[in-house]
Amino acid sequence: MENFAYHRPASVADAVAAMKKAKDGKFMSGGMTLLPTVKQGLAAPSDVIDLTGLKNSGISVSGSSVTVKAGTTHVDVATDKGIRQVVPALSALALSIGDPAVRNRGTIGGSISNNDPAADYPAACLGLGATIHTSDRKLAAGEFFTGMFTTALKPAEVVTAVEFPVPAKAGYAKFPNPASRYAMVGVFVAKLKDGSVRVAVTGAGPAVFRVPAMEAALARDFSAKALAGVTVDAKTLNTDMHASATYRAHLIGVMAKRAVEVAK
Amino acid sequence: MPAISMKVNGQVVTGEVEARTLLVDFLRSNLGLTGTHVGCDTSQCGACVVHVDGRAVKSCTALAIACDGASVTTIEGLARNGTLHPMQEAFREHHGLQCGFCTPGMIMSAIDTVNRRGKTLDEATIRHELEGNICRCTGYQNIVAAVQAGAAKM
Repeated sequence: MENFAYHRPASVADAVAAMKKAKDGKFMSGGMTLLPTVKQGLAAPSDVIDLTGLKNSGISVSGSSVTVKAGTTHVDVATDKGIRQVVPALSALALSIGDPAVRNRGTIGGSISNNDPAADYPAACLGLGATIHTSDRKLAAGEFFTGMFTTALKPAEVVTAVEFPVPAKAGYAKFPNPASRYAMVGVFVAKLKDGSVRVAVTGAGPAVFRVPAMEAALARDFSAKALAGVTVDAKTLNTDMHASATYRAHLIGVMAKRAVEVAK
Repeated sequence: MPAISMKVNGQVVTGEVEARTLLVDFLRSNLGLTGTHVGCDTSQCGACVVHVDGRAVKSCTALAIACDGASVTTIEGLARNGTLHPMQEAFREHHGLQCGFCTPGMIMSAIDTVNRRGKTLDEATIRHELEGNICRCTGYQNIVAAVQAGAAKM
C-alpha cells in the first residue's frame, strides 16, 4: 500500500479545507472500502482525511422522519430501538451488511458516498426517498446517486446526515453474494404515508435505480401477486462472474416479491 | 514518522508508524503480539479480529494511526493470571479448532457477540454472527458448540 498524508480533522470545515489543499485526497469514514482498495493498489490517494474525528454519529427518530448522522455505524442503525419501531426494514438492511466486524466500523455516510453498485444503503435511500444532508446543501436521493461509484458530491463536499421519511410500510430483500454478502440483487420497497410506492434496486445495474412498472403495480395493490408478470429489461443490467444480466433480471422479480411479503 | 500511543491489553504503548501502517502490523511487528493473525488480508476471513474500544474490528482493515488514543484488546489480553478466558477454555474443551489459525479471531468475534447479544445464544445467531470468520480446516460444528458453551460461562 502506498503511503499518504493522514489528517483527522475535528470539524467539517477543517475536513473540507484539508481536502481542498490535498493533491488527490480521499475522505475516509469507517474505511471498509477505501482501505481494501488502497491495499490492492486500486487507489493511491496523496492524503487520507479521516472523518471519525468529527464524532458525527447518532440517530434521532420523530413521528415523520429518521435522521442518521453520517458517521453512524451499521451496527448502531441495526440495533437502534427507535428505528426498529418505525422502519424495521432499515434495521434489517443494516444488519445484513457485511459481517459484524464490518458493521462495527462501516458508516452510512461512507457507504452512500462510495455508492458501490452492490451496496445496501443506496437502496434504502432511494426506496424511501431520503434526503442527503451535506456540508453544502440537501439533495434528494434521486439526485445524489448518479452512477457507478459516483454521486452528485463535489470533490470537497462531505455527507453529514441522511434523513429518511417514516413510511407506512417498507421491506428489503436481497440475494447476497455468498462470500462478500454484497447484494447480487437487493430490492427495497416502500409504501409512503402519502400512498405513493417506491421500488429501488441495488446490485443489478451500474448504480441503484427505481422500477416504475413495479411501483405502478404496487400502487394499485401492495401485494406480491400484483408483481406477477412485471419484468425488468436485462439490457441495462450487469453481467459478471457471479451472475448474468438475465439471471439478475429474474432475481429482481423474486426479491421484489419477497420484499413486499416482509414489508411492515 | 507520526508517533502514536494506545492502550493494548491494559498497557500504554507508544510507537512511530507510517500513516499506512495497519493496526495488525503495529500489533505484530512493533509490539510482537503475534497471536493476531493475517489470513486473507482482504477483510474477509476474520483471523485478525481484535477489539478497539470494546468493538470487534478487522485489524487488517484499520490504520494504526486512526487507533491513536484507543484501547485495544488482543487474544493475548484475555487470560487472567494464567487462567484462560471462559471463551478460550470453551474452545479447548469443545475442540473448537484444528490447526488453530482462525481461532484468535473466532474467539475475539465470539466475545464481541456476547457483549452485544448476551450470554444465551442459539445456534442460528452464532452462525450469523460468525459470518466474518472463516475456518478452512473443518466444519463449524465444534466452533458453534464452543461459542455457545463459552457464552454461557462468561
